[in-house]
Amino acid sequence: MSAISTTLDETINRQTHGPIGQLLTKQTFWVFIASIIAFAALSLSTDVFFTPSNLFNVARNCAFVGIIGLGMTAVIITGGIDLSVGAILALSGMVVGMMMAADYPIWIAAPCALLAAMACGFFNGVFIAYVRMPAFVVTLAMMSLARSLAMVLSGNQMVYQFGVDHKKLVALGGGSTAGWFTWLADVVGTDTSLGAFFTRLSELIYIPNPAIFLAIFALIFGFAFRWTRWGRYIFAIGGNQKAAILTGVPVRQIKTSVYVISALMAGIAGILQVGWLGTITTGMGLGMELIVIAAVVIGGTNLAGGSGTAFGAVVGAVLIEMIRNSLTLLGINPFWQGTFVGAFILIAVLFDSVKKLKQDEE
Amino acid sequence: MSVLRLTDISKRFGAIQALNGISLSIEPGEVIGLMGDNGAGKSTLVKIIAGNFRPTHGKMSVADREVEFHRPIEARENGVEIVYQDLALCDNLTAAANVFLGREKYRWIGPIRILDHAAMYKHAGGLFRELKSETRPRDLVKQMSGGQRQAVAIARTMLSEAKLVLMDEPTAAISVRQVAEVLTLIRHLRERGVAVVLISHRMPDVFAVADRIVVLRRGTKVADKAVSKSSPEEVTGLITGAIEVA
Ligand SMILES: Nc1ncnc2c1ncn2[C@@H]1O[C@H](COP(=O)(O)OP(=O)(O)OP(=O)(O)O)[C@@H](O)[C@H]1O
Ligand SMILES: [Mg+2]
Repeated sequence: MSAISTTLDETINRQTHGPIGQLLTKQTFWVFIASIIAFAALSLSTDVFFTPSNLFNVARNCAFVGIIGLGMTAVIITGGIDLSVGAILALSGMVVGMMMAADYPIWIAAPCALLAAMACGFFNGVFIAYVRMPAFVVTLAMMSLARSLAMVLSGNQMVYQFGVDHKKLVALGGGSTAGWFTWLADVVGTDTSLGAFFTRLSELIYIPNPAIFLAIFALIFGFAFRWTRWGRYIFAIGGNQKAAILTGVPVRQIKTSVYVISALMAGIAGILQVGWLGTITTGMGLGMELIVIAAVVIGGTNLAGGSGTAFGAVVGAVLIEMIRNSLTLLGINPFWQGTFVGAFILIAVLFDSVKKLKQDEE
Repeated sequence: MSVLRLTDISKRFGAIQALNGISLSIEPGEVIGLMGDNGAGKSTLVKIIAGNFRPTHGKMSVADREVEFHRPIEARENGVEIVYQDLALCDNLTAAANVFLGREKYRWIGPIRILDHAAMYKHAGGLFRELKSETRPRDLVKQMSGGQRQAVAIARTMLSEAKLVLMDEPTAAISVRQVAEVLTLIRHLRERGVAVVLISHRMPDVFAVADRIVVLRRGTKVADKAVSKSSPEEVTGLITGAIEVA
């Protein structure tokens, strides 16, 4: 082989960045570090943060934000936005709650709620991808529409009793691994040694169910983003929609799918939240879209589209929820929460802008 | 046998008549230089051939078989490849991801179909080597030079055994050395019997590789003749309208 082709081969095969170097340029990594530092600082500075019940609360609250954040990440990667997730959460919660109050079993009510949510998402998607209206406008309209439907559905009454499957719904949203282990112990028999083992586990490990859902969904989304055709295409659309169209990517179908998925995630969060609250109120999910978008952006997803990770959505949700929780614990007026969240959004976006400035100089 | 035959192709965009009754026939291994002023309709014509636009009127046949392309993939399945004028690259994806955009390689783990990143990196690396371009398959297109970007766009056309390669200004914005490489590539394609349509505003490039020159003016074909029977002066006159038809 000649000298020239050897160097060509070397160039073609060379990696530009090592894995460590790449990591250090990632916002998600720094937000992750910040979360760990905040966690350590809070644990050391107050004795009300690092308690099982408080950690349980934080984990559950950030799970709702995180679950919706995963769907939102997909939307934002394509260069879109979904302002209707809070309202869709409420609609889904209302459908499942009202149906169960009317004595439908959970395995009928929950799929109906998810279908209602996905119908809203499909509506969003069609108007954005096929009619080509701006995502901001369409989902803003849906935000109003879905919440209004939810309120109509509720007949403005409070519901506390969810019929035959009341216990299942409450366990689903409000329960934890403890419940699962107790159940397992019952199945194998509490007097057996395996049963005793499960009983012991149920006393040791408390992970709220929504957090388990978040972990599973985060893995699924992380996988889908990197390893599937769908993942490749959402990044392509966010990077250069025209190029995606020219090369034959089914842009409209893929764009519709992200809004359906975003709505589905909001719907799932809605069911879990009703289970946790044990009641349905029309105020469910109010303002949720902003917190979710903030979490996703803080986690390193670029609002301009074309970049984002599932891990980032989770980390962003954790950081936001920790801030909110600590402000409450420290007795700071809750009205300040918005200021902190706002500041974090600015810092996150600033990070992007500085990076861009640096690139432009190069 | 002709690789491609266009019969009376017209295209309207609303009030704009972009193409007007274009007929054209291309033989295997023939290099056509397609020239014309800005807005003459060159890109529109190749996009119709590549399945991006449907003609308003007219017929198209590939290998003497009448075809209608509704989507780019159908054109590719018929052996038509294209390098777009703006290259149509996604900056946020790697070189390999761009090369395979729209026709990714897959493998299966159990019942799940996943992207075969390793195979795509390897294949793309091979294509860049063939193009003698120092382009790394794993690099993001964002960080690439004009020539590397061009290589990525051209590598796309080499994924399958194309019968016809359409190049919309492949030599705009690249260095002299890289222009020479693109022209060499076009000659290689011709040797393999692949027909090429080269759109370029650079007269020397066209005269260096083309067998035939076709000139469009405001959507109408005003010349279609062998390079040996024409001259840069004549072509310039045809493009500007100083010479009516040839
Ligand atoms: N998608 C479109 N919608 C509406 N009009 C279009 C579209 N694409 C092209 N046109 C119009 O069609 C005409 C021909 O454009 P085209 O891009 O084919 O020109 P061109 O010969 O490639 O020019 P250039 O040398 O500048 O690339 C122009 O008047 C252009 O404005
Ligand atoms: Mg053009």
